[in-house]
Amino acid sequence: MTAHQEEPVIVACPDGPLLVRGHIELTTPDGTPIEQHRRTVALCRCGVSTIKPFCDGSHKAVHFRTDT
Amino acid sequence: MTARISPRGAVSEALLDALRFQPDAAADEVSRFTDHARDALAARPDLLTDEDLQLTLLLLYGLHYGDTVDADDQWEWHPDLLRTRRAIEREFERQLRERVPVGELPEPTADAVAAHLFALTAEDTGPSLSRFLAKKATEEQAAEFVIHRSIYTRKEADPHSWAIPRLTGRAKAALVEVQSDEYGAGRPERIHAEIFAHTMRGLGLDDTYGAYIDRVPAITLASFTMMSMFGLNRSLRGAITGHLAAFEMTSSIPNRFYGNGFRRLGHGEDVTWYYDEHVEADAVHEQIAGRDLAGGLAEQHPELLPDIVFGAAACLYVDGLAAQHLLESFEAGRSSLRQPEEVLA
Repeated sequence: MTAHQEEPVIVACPDGPLLVRGHIELTTPDGTPIEQHRRTVALCRCGVSTIKPFCDGSHKAVHFRTDT
Repeated sequence: MTARISPRGAVSEALLDALRFQPDAAADEVSRFTDHARDALAARPDLLTDEDLQLTLLLLYGLHYGDTVDADDQWEWHPDLLRTRRAIEREFERQLRERVPVGELPEPTADAVAAHLFALTAEDTGPSLSRFLAKKATEEQAAEFVIHRSIYTRKEADPHSWAIPRLTGRAKAALVEVQSDEYGAGRPERIHAEIFAHTMRGLGLDDTYGAYIDRVPAITLASFTMMSMFGLNRSLRGAITGHLAAFEMTSSIPNRFYGNGFRRLGHGEDVTWYYDEHVEADAVHEQIAGRDLAGGLAEQHPELLPDIVFGAAACLYVDGLAAQHLLESFEAGRSSLRQPEEVLA
């Protein structure tokens, strides 16, 4: 794999999560790795997810907006 | 090993009769099948609730998917079967377009299409089967729910995969990204259709594909045949992407409720794994399907935009009717399944 392919890309989804493609180190504050179950993950940014740090779609139920 | 499937009328009976033979030794059965199908279509059936024609469609698509009906592989491309399938599909599509309004269209940009589809799916205020499952369903009702879903879910993702070679660029990459996850990203034990088999076995159900086809009504079959029609026809590639987007966008929150319902009934991870997996997975998939798949396709082919929105609206409409059937049955204290006497009739 080339360095270019390794570079993770994060898409800030309007009114939704941060969509992360590519390899990232995701850890708790003490450095313990958080297991990622899939290649592309969605990180919660509305604060309401029940499976933080991952998104569970709850932003839709609370009408989370990123443009205000 | 395939499940035994009973006919629901003259058309499916003639088809099942024909499929027992080799394709070159069933001329009489095939001509009986095409005649009955022509008569059935001339009678102006309601395709969404017509038991005989919906089962016929499911059997015909089953020749492509496999594991549905025990038939010689050569039947798959039999011209008379294909011609009849197209005739039923044309009427099915016409009725869907008549009933499912597309409304105002967004701009053909990925952002606008994703926002439009998220808004469309948020408006979907249909009956909340997921809340019923979470709070009220009995063990028997929860098992019925799984039986209905098994028609699609034991072949989960397959209807949309037909569309992969029909797409290019961003839309193709997005569909493959979603489907790779659906198919376990290289780990067979994580294929979603296989995770669902755990749920079925955990509830004491038979996970053989089609074991319960006889028990589910036309509207449940229609949910699966509609997406199969969208996936198998290049002319409907817009609709299949919209369908997947709407399906994913109405999945993560309901799946949390379904999982909670099975936990409330005392089931363990073997049963809830499927639902818990989809809470996280579909929160990812809905973003990819809305923006990169449906939105990406709209940017490449603005002329497909009406079909993209149609596919999403049709998903909400048909799955809404199927959910309504379960909810109405449960609330009236009835089974939502076809009863043995109906199966024999």
